[in-house]
Amino acid sequence: MHWLFEPGFFSSQPVHTAFVIGTVAAIASGVVGVFTVLRGQSFAGHALTDVSTAGGSASFLLGISPLLGFVGFGLVGAGTIDAIGTQRVKGRDLATGIVLGAATGVAALLLYYDTIDSATTGATQTILFGSIFEIDPSTIPIVIAFCVIAIGIIAFLYRPLLLASTSNELAAARGIPVRLISLGFMAALAVAVGLSSLAIGAILSTTLLIGPAATALRLTNRTGLALITAAAIGVLVTWLGVLLAYDSYYWGSSQIAYPVSFFIVILTILAYLASGLPVLRNLTTRREQRRVL
Amino acid sequence: MIGADDTDAAGVPAEGEVLGVEGVSVALGGREILDRVTFSLAAGEFTGLIGANGAGKTTLIRVILGLQAPSAGTVRINGRNRGRWNRAIGYVPQKVQLDPDLPMRARDLVGLGLDGHRFGMPVPSAKRKALVDEMLAAVDAHDFADARVGTLSGGEQQRVLIAHALISRPRLLLLDEPLANLDLRSGQEIIALLHRIAVEHRIAVLLSAHEMNALLPVMDRVVYLADGRAAAGTTEQVIRTEVLSDLYGHHVEVLRLGGRILVVAGDADPGAGHHDHGPVRRAG
Repeated sequence: MHWLFEPGFFSSQPVHTAFVIGTVAAIASGVVGVFTVLRGQSFAGHALTDVSTAGGSASFLLGISPLLGFVGFGLVGAGTIDAIGTQRVKGRDLATGIVLGAATGVAALLLYYDTIDSATTGATQTILFGSIFEIDPSTIPIVIAFCVIAIGIIAFLYRPLLLASTSNELAAARGIPVRLISLGFMAALAVAVGLSSLAIGAILSTTLLIGPAATALRLTNRTGLALITAAAIGVLVTWLGVLLAYDSYYWGSSQIAYPVSFFIVILTILAYLASGLPVLRNLTTRREQRRVL
Repeated sequence: MIGADDTDAAGVPAEGEVLGVEGVSVALGGREILDRVTFSLAAGEFTGLIGANGAGKTTLIRVILGLQAPSAGTVRINGRNRGRWNRAIGYVPQKVQLDPDLPMRARDLVGLGLDGHRFGMPVPSAKRKALVDEMLAAVDAHDFADARVGTLSGGEQQRVLIAHALISRPRLLLLDEPLANLDLRSGQEIIALLHRIAVEHRIAVLLSAHEMNALLPVMDRVVYLADGRAAAGTTEQVIRTEVLSDLYGHHVEVLRLGGRILVVAGDADPGAGHHDHGPVRRAG
C-alpha cells in the first residue's frame, strides 16, 4: 500500500483534522445541496459563498475563527436574499445578484486590509481557496455542531420543504407556510456553505454543494436516497482529495504539495461526468422505463 | 347575484351541501375581480366552473382555498365558515411544472398528499403504503407508480396530482384548468375519471375550464363566470341566451349544434359597422 499512502499519512495530526472537517462539511453540503439544486437555488448558494468570503476576511481582521465569519455573514446574506426576493424565480435571482454584488465589494475591501495587516497573501489564499491542513483541531466541535444544525433543519422541514420544492402552489394550498420554510432552508444553506468554505475555500465551496447533489440526482429517483448518495459522493471526493494532496508532495522532485481543494473540485467534476455515462444511467433508470415505445 | 331563474338552486344551503359560496366579492388594486358570486355544491356532484381567461376562475378557487381573502361574502365548507386550511378540500393547481430532475416517484408525491404538511421525515408503514396504492389504483396510475414523476406525460401527471389531492379524503375536489395542455383523449380520460371519483367517493368536484363542451356529458351543474359575475345551476338553466346576456351585460347568443354549445356575441349593435362578428366569447 506504500504507493497509495505516502509516509506519515495516518499519523499526521493535520491529516486527521482534515479528514474530520472534510467529512462533516461534505455531508452537510451534500444533504443541503440536493434541495438547493431541486429548488433551483444554485445561484443563491454561489452568492452565499461570496458573502462567506466577506465574513471570512472579517474574521481574520478580528482574529476569530473564520468559520464564525463564514456562517455569521452567510446567515445575514441568506436572510437578506430571502427578504428581498419574492417566490418568483426572477425576483429571487435579482435579490441574489444584489447581495452577491454587495458582498463581493465588502470582501474586496476586507481582503485588502487582511493583506496589509499580515503583509502576506496567506489570508486571501486561505479564505478563497481553503487550507484544510492548517485548520486548528479545536474547531472540530464547532464544525460538528454546525453540521448537526444544518442537517437538523433539513430533517425537521423535510416533508413541507420537499412539497414546496416540488410545487409552491401545492404546498401553499395545504396551508404550509412556504415563506417560513424557504427562510429555514436558506439558514441551512448558509451553514452548509460556511462549512464547505472552511474545508475547500469560499470560492470553491459551490463545488461541494452542487456537484455531489447534481450527480446524485442523476443516479436515483428516491429523494432520501439522493440525500445519502450526495453526502457519500461528497465524502468520497473529499477523502480522495485529501489523500492525493498529501501524496502529491512526494510526486516528482519539486516537493510541493498541490492544494486539497484542487483535487476535490476535479474529482467532483469527474464524478458528475461519470454519472452521465450511459452505463450508469441505464443501471438506475431501467426500473423507470415502463413504456414500450 | 345574477342568477338562473331558479332562485332556490343557488345560495340556499341545501341538504348535503359541501361548499357554499355566498355573495363573495374580491377587489384587487381597485379592480373588481369577483362580484357577489353565490353558488353551492353538494356531495357527489360534478360541477364545471366555466369562464374565459380573466373571468375570475382562479381567484374564486383561491378564495375557496383560503389563499385569497374576499372583500365581502362568506365561504362555507361542510356548513362551517372556512378556516385557514381545510382538510376537506383537495386541490390540483393550474400548470404544475414537475422538474424531470426531481428524484421523486409518482407514489412519493401521492404520499406527500397524506402528510406533506407535517414536519420531520416520513415514516414508512404498511398502512401508508396501502393507502397510497389504493389511491394510485383509483386514478389508474399503477403502471407508472415507480417512475420519476417529472418524466411522466401531462395526463399521467394530472392523475398523480389528483391522487395526491384525494388521499387526504376531501369532501371537495378543486381542479384549476386541469384540461389545459392535455390532448383531447387524455382530457376525456381525466374527465371520465373525475366523474367516477365524484360518484364513487361521494365528493363534490369543481373543475374550472374555459371550454364547456368536453364536460357536457358529465356535468351535473355549471357555475358560469363572466367579468367576475356568476350564474349557477344546471346547464339547461344557465346556458341560455337570456341568462348569459344578462351576465355579460350585452346580448350574447347561445347556439346548440349537435350536442355542442356555442356562446357567441350577438348582433346587439348592428349599427357599429365592424367588419367582423365581434368577439366569439366561447367558441366550442
